[in-house]
Amino acid sequence: MPKTFDYEGQGLNLNLNLNLNMKMDIEDILQNLKDYRPRRRGWHWREMIPGQKLGPFAFQQTSKGLEQSQALPAAKFFGGIDPQPECTVTSEIASGRFEDDLRRMRMAAYHGADHIMVIRTAGQSHFDGLIEGTPEGVGGVPISRKQLRATRKALDLIEDEVGRPINLHSYVSGVAGPEVAVLLAEEGVNGAHQDPQYNVLYRNINALRSFVDAAEAKTVMNWAEIAQIDGAHNANATAREAWKVMPELLVQHALNSVYSHKVGMPKDRICLSTVPPDAPPAPALRLDLPYAVALRELFKGYRLRAQMNTKYMESDTREVTVTHTLNVLLSRLTSADIQSTITPDEGRNVPWHYNSIHAVNTAKQALVGLDGLQEMVQIKRDGVLGETVRELKERAVLFLEEILAVGGYFEAVERGFFVDSGCYPERNGDGIVRDSKGGDGFEVIPRADDYFAPVCSHFGDNHLPEGVSEPCAAIGGCTLCHPEKIQYIDELDAEDNANRRLVESRPFRTEVLRPEAEWAGDGILSMTLFLPTDERTARVAALEIARQMGWEEAEVIHDQVMHPAEGTLVEVKGKLKVKIDPKTLHIPPEEKHLSPETVRQKISECPLTVVAATVGEDEHSVGLREILDIKHGGIEGFGIKVRYLGTSVPIPKVLDAALEIGADAILISTIITHGEIHRLNMERLHQLCVERGVRDRFILIGGGTQVKNELARAWGMDAGFGRGTKGIHVASFLVKFRESREPAGSKA
Amino acid sequence: MMGEQRVDDFAERRQHLTHWREDELEQRFWVLAGQIVDPLLELARTHTTPSIERSVLLRMGLDSSTTQGIVKQALAKGLLGHGAGHCVWRYAQLKGLSIEEAGTQLAGGKGWEDLEGYFG
Repeated sequence: MPKTFDYEGQGLNLNLNLNLNMKMDIEDILQNLKDYRPRRRGWHWREMIPGQKLGPFAFQQTSKGLEQSQALPAAKFFGGIDPQPECTVTSEIASGRFEDDLRRMRMAAYHGADHIMVIRTAGQSHFDGLIEGTPEGVGGVPISRKQLRATRKALDLIEDEVGRPINLHSYVSGVAGPEVAVLLAEEGVNGAHQDPQYNVLYRNINALRSFVDAAEAKTVMNWAEIAQIDGAHNANATAREAWKVMPELLVQHALNSVYSHKVGMPKDRICLSTVPPDAPPAPALRLDLPYAVALRELFKGYRLRAQMNTKYMESDTREVTVTHTLNVLLSRLTSADIQSTITPDEGRNVPWHYNSIHAVNTAKQALVGLDGLQEMVQIKRDGVLGETVRELKERAVLFLEEILAVGGYFEAVERGFFVDSGCYPERNGDGIVRDSKGGDGFEVIPRADDYFAPVCSHFGDNHLPEGVSEPCAAIGGCTLCHPEKIQYIDELDAEDNANRRLVESRPFRTEVLRPEAEWAGDGILSMTLFLPTDERTARVAALEIARQMGWEEAEVIHDQVMHPAEGTLVEVKGKLKVKIDPKTLHIPPEEKHLSPETVRQKISECPLTVVAATVGEDEHSVGLREILDIKHGGIEGFGIKVRYLGTSVPIPKVLDAALEIGADAILISTIITHGEIHRLNMERLHQLCVERGVRDRFILIGGGTQVKNELARAWGMDAGFGRGTKGIHVASFLVKFRESREPAGSKA
Repeated sequence: MMGEQRVDDFAERRQHLTHWREDELEQRFWVLAGQIVDPLLELARTHTTPSIERSVLLRMGLDSSTTQGIVKQALAKGLLGHGAGHCVWRYAQLKGLSIEEAGTQLAGGKGWEDLEGYFG
């Protein structure tokens, strides 16, 4: 892959390389799209590196790392490593405005997503043809040539930034499947949903049309080496009791898989979309594991796209995250080639930027945390699991037998075989019934004896006229052979398009700051609050608080009873039309630390002694020891002499010790903050020094997880150090402060 | 319309499967699935649809609105079974036009009499 990083660039990004410290220039991406061609074709799987050494660890299930990425927060304890699981990680991104989604895609890739799935706008599956231009979508994005080309172009830049190919994904279903397949193939899309059963069952598109179209669409997708994902997981989401449709799921997977394979797709590009059907408080893993095993045993050679559960989730993002973590556990106990992600807020709103990233991180964190699990933990294949696996396979075989017995697929659909909530052969009579002569798009025309299609990747009978050797030779090559023949339409609607929207959102992307959750400048923000009252009162009170804060369109997006009388947790979202000009902000300059070498040299020239203690009734010692001890990179390592007095030391004793050994500085640590005890201790030390007339002799430092520099100084300290402080920060401060206070070369 | 209701008769229904080894069961699963899709593939091999024909025209280098105009009229004239791409190619041959010119004319309603004459 070409290296196109530019760390030094300032100003507008005209060369179309991304600079890690600059926003992506969306207007620039939309320029010259007419001539933009995707630079590669086909799906990309990650390159697994067994036994990869990263930081202090060896991993069994990771892939080639990223050149630039955001590691998990806890990575700082392990040398900043960012292990990338061996499986693809999906992020579904579709806010309705694709131009705003491009920035979210960049964020998702930076956190480790390499499969960007763009959900289509509501109703596109019934649109009999291609959508052109960039109209705004509802619940998704209108998939058009311009939208795909701009997205692919942005992803080409993004994959250079992170150093890993990124798969773009869309949908080849609906009444216009074959045309959409050609569009996706021409525009370098790498993955797509295609499953005629989805059309039939959930979109009421004519069943014959759906299968005839599917053969053509799959042939084109195969040319483009697009990885196909099926639609079986929708049965989970639709059936009333999702865990009962397992036999049917096996049947749906099989019908699409074998149809695709017979059309010509290799098994390793046919991915089964599978979702653990259950979620706690159901005994989820015990129900879902046998099914997962049965699926993987039956479908050897095919690929698995493990989706996260969406059926049993509502507004509690914590609950959802636990369910999704269990889903990943199931992936690790069995297998997953693609780990898809569902945002934790999908049950309450159109997913927000940072929730897309949270979902990616839930998958990454759990996958890496479960790395190599199967080396030590094995599924107990005998016993109840094995019995259930066998039973599921038998039920699926019986299902297939009955389809044939009633006369085939179309007859089975007419009798409501599918998406019945009974566990087959049980039937509740609530299956979806479709008449094979009904539904949308029933025009299915027999091919005449002289039927001819002068193009490549065409399925079925094709009678070449005399003198024509290859189909597309008749026209001097089709667009698959000669992409320059592709016709590009920019916009059809002068009002409803990305260019118009970008003019409005430009200030919020380039000049002023406003909170954003979905679209640039949307002003959406949320707050979490606890109110010590019952649920209904809390909901109304929370909205009143939002109103008093000046929020518009406030609504409660989640609440949870902590106790019917004692209180309720409420989450509220709203809009705040603020405009913050970053140029007017007072941003304190970043503290510049002296290098370790400089500190060592200054200390050796002029020694420095400190007295340190955890003060008050406080037994915490770890944090302070890390600041002091040589083995933790503490200040001893720079030559500073340390007298450590221990924990729960009274303030007067600390000062006595400092006076006794003639220390230059006093470090007090105070972790407990109840009753403002940390403030009182700092003020007490300062006061005591003043009373004894020795305040100028000592540099006073307060430390602790909740300590802030500004506050510590207000309370009489010379500095405060909080969470994340390292020895070098304190040592550097001591040296600089001493120099700032004293004439060079003298010592008080 | 609703599907039928039925209690879980798995215990009786599975009787003929009880002695199958699990690998034989898996084999049977795939044989049956193949038998179900074979007639669907045959249907696809011998039929076409408006979307397939528009997808052919796209691959011939025509834009999406042109493909709509051509396929609508080919369907109305009963010529879609010969292939919309065939219509455009044949008309270009008959009139000595480029594919793009032929496509534009047919989408605009010109030339269909010639094609009806040709295909009879």
